[in-house]
Amino acid sequence: MTKFTTRLPLIGIGVFAVLLLVVAPAVLSEHWISNLGKYCCLAIAAVGIGLAWGRGGMLVMGQGVFFGLGAYAMAMHLTLETAGPGALPGFMILYDPLAPLPAFWEPFRSEVFTLVAIVLLPVIVSAILGYALFKRRVKGAYFAILTQALAVALAVLISSTIRETGGDTGLSNFKYFFGYVLNDEANKLMVYLIAAALLVVCLLAVWQFNRSRFGELLVATRDAEERVRFLGYDPANIKLFAFVVAAVMASIGGAMFVPIVGIITPQEIGASASILMIAGVALGGRASLFGPALGAMAIGWGQSSLGSSWPEGWIYILGLIFIFVILFLPMGLSSLFDRAKGLIRRSSDEPGPATPELREVVK
Amino acid sequence: MDELLPPLLNGTALGALLLLAALGLTLTFGQMGVINMAHGEFIMAGAFVAYVTQQVIPSSDLSIPLALPLAFVVAGFLGLLLEVTIIQWMYRRPLDTLLATVGVALILQQAALQIFPAQGVPVEKPSWLDGQIDVLGYEWPLRQVFTIVLAAACVAALAAWLKYSSFGRRIRATVQNRDLAETSGVATRSVDRITFFVGSGLAGVAGVAASLIGGTNSQMGVQYIIPAFLVVVAGGIGQIAGTVIAALAVGIAMTFFAYWTSGSLAQVLAFVLVVIFLQIRPQGLFTVRTRGLA
Repeated sequence: MTKFTTRLPLIGIGVFAVLLLVVAPAVLSEHWISNLGKYCCLAIAAVGIGLAWGRGGMLVMGQGVFFGLGAYAMAMHLTLETAGPGALPGFMILYDPLAPLPAFWEPFRSEVFTLVAIVLLPVIVSAILGYALFKRRVKGAYFAILTQALAVALAVLISSTIRETGGDTGLSNFKYFFGYVLNDEANKLMVYLIAAALLVVCLLAVWQFNRSRFGELLVATRDAEERVRFLGYDPANIKLFAFVVAAVMASIGGAMFVPIVGIITPQEIGASASILMIAGVALGGRASLFGPALGAMAIGWGQSSLGSSWPEGWIYILGLIFIFVILFLPMGLSSLFDRAKGLIRRSSDEPGPATPELREVVK
Repeated sequence: MDELLPPLLNGTALGALLLLAALGLTLTFGQMGVINMAHGEFIMAGAFVAYVTQQVIPSSDLSIPLALPLAFVVAGFLGLLLEVTIIQWMYRRPLDTLLATVGVALILQQAALQIFPAQGVPVEKPSWLDGQIDVLGYEWPLRQVFTIVLAAACVAALAAWLKYSSFGRRIRATVQNRDLAETSGVATRSVDRITFFVGSGLAGVAGVAASLIGGTNSQMGVQYIIPAFLVVVAGGIGQIAGTVIAALAVGIAMTFFAYWTSGSLAQVLAFVLVVIFLQIRPQGLFTVRTRGLA
């Protein structure tokens, strides 16, 4: 019985993987596959937020920054690939056909460099920021505000550098994805499958992470940081690791977002986009395994369906989701399942282990 | 000197505007520990009050002075409503208050977008603010001077109120030791509410000042909230002196950065500056000693 309950999340991931990788491509139309791919990218970032915020107690309100780093790294490579070797990207020719390619674009011609950058860029940025903040014990709301400020700053910076980054119009019109023609149905399916597979990998990574000693320490740091410190651990390192992992996941989500959606603009990475990512995690259940991913998919779906058909109403709904979920269901919809499980357990008189999901974050 | 003076004066005015925006936050965030992300939308509400007042009283000479107390009351009541409906249930969960008020901010933005024209509304500045004064050869616009005077007046009034009035005493008592204040007969719940009313009301005053300087539209709150929070973070919570210095420093620094580089890079640099500053003083410029481990 115990063995079964510990394996349960793994079985869940398996079912989820089959649904995403086998059932969805067989059932859904091309349009919905591309939409689902977009939700998968948002879900990848959300899984990271669940780790940093739900498990680590760090409210990361600027994940758009890391999403943006990955997305722009990928978009720059795809733009250069589309332009062809030695040529300038289309939007740059519009401004000045004779201007040289900005120096920071040049390495993105290389496929290997791009892939490495998608992982390393967020590691560097989040490690520097996280080290600076966590070592000085900046936490709680201060941390949240600073991460959000970073997202605003990056979005403003990109929208103001039209010549170098495409500005508010962003980067779009990609034709090739690492040698594959993007406008081909089979290739689109392949890109979707990569995104879905990456989501499954991220879920597995977080599942393994939560079971490890480090995952225990992370939850302990969230609930009683001082006590963890007194026990001889450095909470700063624990938090830093979770923050960096979350940043890398956001970056991977951003990188896959680009070939699937076909455009990246500063709006996708700014303050409101970052808040949208948080909304999904809060709705699904920040500390649970599946909550963040499913919540992000739900919000993504709402954004692309309701958000375009009934934009005024969608914002109100989004605002109300924030208020009601946070007020009445701080651990998200997934806590309903846990409560139901708790009820069943109590009726069968079998004391269950206290799960980290159920602990209320009260400080 | 000729090159340094204009950014210095413009920066002081920007700092004063940030100070007005942050002053209410020091009260709600600093004194009460509530992170109200809808504070920016209260600023927006104040700006729209200035616009509506102008529609009723066409003479802007009269309407702007009238809008100041009106905006204070309107934003104050919005804050009170927020406290009673949402925040009072979450005093023990500060991070969650932040998120719930993000939801409130979204709703208020959308409401403003539907009530007022999407491109924003014009607010006429009164004729007595049309002009410049000559400061060492630089023509300093009077509306910038007005912002500074308004900010100084608000700071002085708030400081005096907190220090000398019996109500201010009760607020400080509640902040320092809520339980003891309660046993001494301070009605801490009504203290909370009035603190929140005044803090939000100050956002309304800031909104009137902002409407005279920048645009009045549904997105204006977003512009002010993050710099205002950075000011509070850098200034140290609960200290008006820290907020004043931090606001002026951030305002002047941003204006200088903008002169040397560009407006957008200035925002990035200001952010980096605050993070570096927090390395030196993680608790901000001035801090109240509390009994909490931090």
